[in-house]
Amino acid sequence: MIEVDVSRKAYRQDHDLSELVVLRDIRFSVEPGQFCCIVGPSGCGKTSLLNMISGLDEDFSGSVRIDGGAPSAGPPPGYMFQSSRLMPWLRVRENVDLVTNDSAARENVDELLREIGLEDFVDAYPGQLSGGMRRRVALARAIINEPSLLLLDEPFLSLDTPVANRLRRLLIDVCGRRSSTVLFVTHDLREALYLADRVLFISSRPGEIVLDHLVDIPRPRVPEGEDIELLRLELLKKDPQLLSGLVENDENSHQG
Amino acid sequence: MKPSIRNWSIPWLRVGSLILFIAIWQLAAEFVDRQILPGPYQVLLSVIDHIDRGELVFHLLATLARVLISFVFAMALGVALGIVMGRNRNWDAALDGVLILALNLPALVTIILCYLWFGLGEFAAILAVAINKFPVVVVNMREGARAVDQDLLQVAKVFRLEWRKRWFQVYLPQLYPYLLASARSGLALVWKIVLVVELLGRSNGVGFQLGIYFQFFDITSILAYSFAFIAVVMAIEYLLITPLDRRLMGWRP
Repeated sequence: MIEVDVSRKAYRQDHDLSELVVLRDIRFSVEPGQFCCIVGPSGCGKTSLLNMISGLDEDFSGSVRIDGGAPSAGPPPGYMFQSSRLMPWLRVRENVDLVTNDSAARENVDELLREIGLEDFVDAYPGQLSGGMRRRVALARAIINEPSLLLLDEPFLSLDTPVANRLRRLLIDVCGRRSSTVLFVTHDLREALYLADRVLFISSRPGEIVLDHLVDIPRPRVPEGEDIELLRLELLKKDPQLLSGLVENDENSHQG
Repeated sequence: MKPSIRNWSIPWLRVGSLILFIAIWQLAAEFVDRQILPGPYQVLLSVIDHIDRGELVFHLLATLARVLISFVFAMALGVALGIVMGRNRNWDAALDGVLILALNLPALVTIILCYLWFGLGEFAAILAVAINKFPVVVVNMREGARAVDQDLLQVAKVFRLEWRKRWFQVYLPQLYPYLLASARSGLALVWKIVLVVELLGRSNGVGFQLGIYFQFFDITSILAYSFAFIAVVMAIEYLLITPLDRRLMGWRP
């Protein structure tokens, strides 16, 4: 159970010492095993939110509790950052192996790399891979321990559709196996509706929750299926302001 | 990758430039008094002669021992302090002034002071060399520690890596280029200072011998000793540091 109660998160800006408020009054909780997508425009504080939940960022007003304790007290989450953040001096296999925390996970590294289609590159260095392949390694690193909490920050951005869909299925598989709780940041509403049990919509900066929607489309779902498209249009009709400032399906427009 | 350049032209350029240098030297020696500038062949004969008599190897080893001890000493302390100063602003602010002072202290001054304070002994000699090398290592490693990628440290933090993995697989590899640069420039600097230390206050070593041949105006022997020691330093570079570089930095595309 994740309980988030953040009244304010601000960054001090270097150039004029003013404060930039990125999140305000964010309150929600996520049940164990729930797949929760967080949708919102660039710069609305989605990444900040993940950093707070992962325990990386402790500088904010409010509290984040995981199973009643501080984020850094529980078992380590799997975290896939927005950039791949692989160690350039470690080979692909070593990069995934680096974070394994038991022998079962260690034995699983090669199998997982095969599942995400990198079996021919296990001995390559990240510098020899394409950007999309590096993302896949980063995904493998995030899920290798089958963590009870998985944090994913726009993981499938800039991957081509077939590969992204394959990885989405893999993700659903892995999460189902361990009934992981997932927080998945994206600005692609179709992707969110395909994957999620629940979607949280965050407004542009300062980010506030504008809609908390439970997705009741039965599984297994079809990516870009008709029911997903219908739900998407329905949501947009109900609240046209929902996605203001959010550019859909435009992969190049994304900024950190 | 450019295999054509990698595979054959680079080694040839290396060998070619060396041959050119020897040729120019030989040519110059033809026009000048042999006493003033002996040719390369003459110097080579002199090296062999000094080896035959046994003293060259003895003095070479004495110098090498001093170089290695003071090098290890300066590197170990310099790396540690450099990392501390690069990571911690307070330590950096507190020690930066002393560091600049140490950087600008002439080698000769530290050597003379060490001999005066600690006597004309081995300890003073090695300490003087280490003091000269130490601040350079600190500055270099501080730069490295400042450039460490915080994003990668966050990965280590969020996955709660144990300290050994965090240190040896995430943190230290980012400092390897700086470590190797320090080792390379350090080796060159240290052996030059060791010679001065030996000239001023020891009774063996290459520096001591050079002092003697200086008094005898024996330029051939001076060059013989210099090249013998340069050969040793180059051997360390190619047999130790270059393989280490390949091992540590092999991931670079």
